[in-house]
Amino acid sequence: MGKKVGIEVSIAAAEAVGLCDVDVVAAYPITPQTHVVEHLSELVAQGELDAEFVPVESEHSAMSVCCGSAAAGARTFTATASQGLALMAEIVFIASSMRLPMVMFLSNRALSAPLSIWNDHSDAMMVRDCGWIQVFCENGQEVYDAIFHAFRVAEDPGVQLPVMINVDGFTLTHVIEPIEFWSKDMVKKYLPPFKPVHRLYPDKVVSMGAFGMPEIYAEQKKAHDHALWNSMPVILEAWDELADVTGRKYSPVELYKTEGAETLILAMGSICETASLAVDSMREEGKKVGLVRLRLWRPLPVEGLRKALAGAKDVVVLDRAISPGSANAPVTSEIRALMYHEPDRPKIHCMIAGLGGRDVTGDDVTRIVETALADTTYDYHIYGVRG
Amino acid sequence: MPKPMDQMTWQEIEPGGIITEPGNAACYHTGTWRSQRPKYDEEKCIRCWRCFIMCPDAAISPDYGNNVFAWNFDYCKGCGICAYECPADAITMEEEGE
Repeated sequence: MGKKVGIEVSIAAAEAVGLCDVDVVAAYPITPQTHVVEHLSELVAQGELDAEFVPVESEHSAMSVCCGSAAAGARTFTATASQGLALMAEIVFIASSMRLPMVMFLSNRALSAPLSIWNDHSDAMMVRDCGWIQVFCENGQEVYDAIFHAFRVAEDPGVQLPVMINVDGFTLTHVIEPIEFWSKDMVKKYLPPFKPVHRLYPDKVVSMGAFGMPEIYAEQKKAHDHALWNSMPVILEAWDELADVTGRKYSPVELYKTEGAETLILAMGSICETASLAVDSMREEGKKVGLVRLRLWRPLPVEGLRKALAGAKDVVVLDRAISPGSANAPVTSEIRALMYHEPDRPKIHCMIAGLGGRDVTGDDVTRIVETALADTTYDYHIYGVRG
Repeated sequence: MPKPMDQMTWQEIEPGGIITEPGNAACYHTGTWRSQRPKYDEEKCIRCWRCFIMCPDAAISPDYGNNVFAWNFDYCKGCGICAYECPADAITMEEEGE
């Protein structure tokens, strides 16, 4: 058992990356990610971490360095947010398609314009289809634990995919929480050394990133999709073993007071803690409301979600991003699609909330549920928008 | 030589499309792109090797036994660089199929 420390979540995450004995960190500073890489740069400068810290000139270069580093067989980490991810995006898709394992800490922040440094999930949804494993965290301990889990899954020879850890900007990155640290022995037990299946090294010559003619492109995309689905058992096994090491059990879909619930709230990220408080107060009033927390966004735990939502009359999806001009918002879209062919499908309401850092309190969540249940249009709604 | 790519299934692709066997670009016959074909006149040829050097696809090679140059039409795309570079006008481009 490690010791418990009161610490900012970003600093704890950087400490976790250090404990994983990362080889290369390439990143460009952007709010609200800065504290993660600042602290890693300190660890390297002070000689506490034997790693190459590459202070690149842009996020596009950061992700390019990460690809080269992972291809060479080095344990690789980066962190970014919002506009930084947008600038990285070209190479983000290449990293996963070339099956290069690495870990990204994404401090979720709204995309410009208008310029915002505050939290929502529009950056994550921009790269929704990038083919990375994508996890959303609820609290600081989970962020800290997710770093070890991410390296272990990414580098598994049967997976070889990059992992994106979504951490809500400010509401999670900048809060100070009591976090139970791992000891070096725990890390040693949990995370084996990175042994790449193929790497750029002269002992065995390979070519990476070859041109794909129309005759082979679809086959390579199918292979990537299959690999992402195939990562599911490894993700679950790594969470099981994390429970053996820490006593904390994580799963792709988590249920809170869902027994006998007629209405289920479904959300991702730190808003789930707020929503669980709202569920508590609604339960006290005798309302049959529960919370379904989606931790694993890609690969989507389709069966787990179907099982969790079966039997509910209404599902209120709290979406943290808008998809302008579409039928609904990104998370709702998935939930509606996967429930469409179910014989007893619930009504699925699309409630967009907390855009660009707009605060969502427990009372807001209660009002969101009331608004959704009163609505019969099943259109999407931006909660709290004036006018 | 690995399987030609239009016969490879998704299960047979190396992770990330990595190429583990060097030289498999030779499986792809780029000569099918050709619309013009170089015609070589060995009488005019002064054996300067300029065409061999300039060919962007190594499609021209010396035939030492006969003291001439030979074109590999599996890979010659008919770009015409050899004809342009030849100082003795020993190479001319003709329409393919004529």
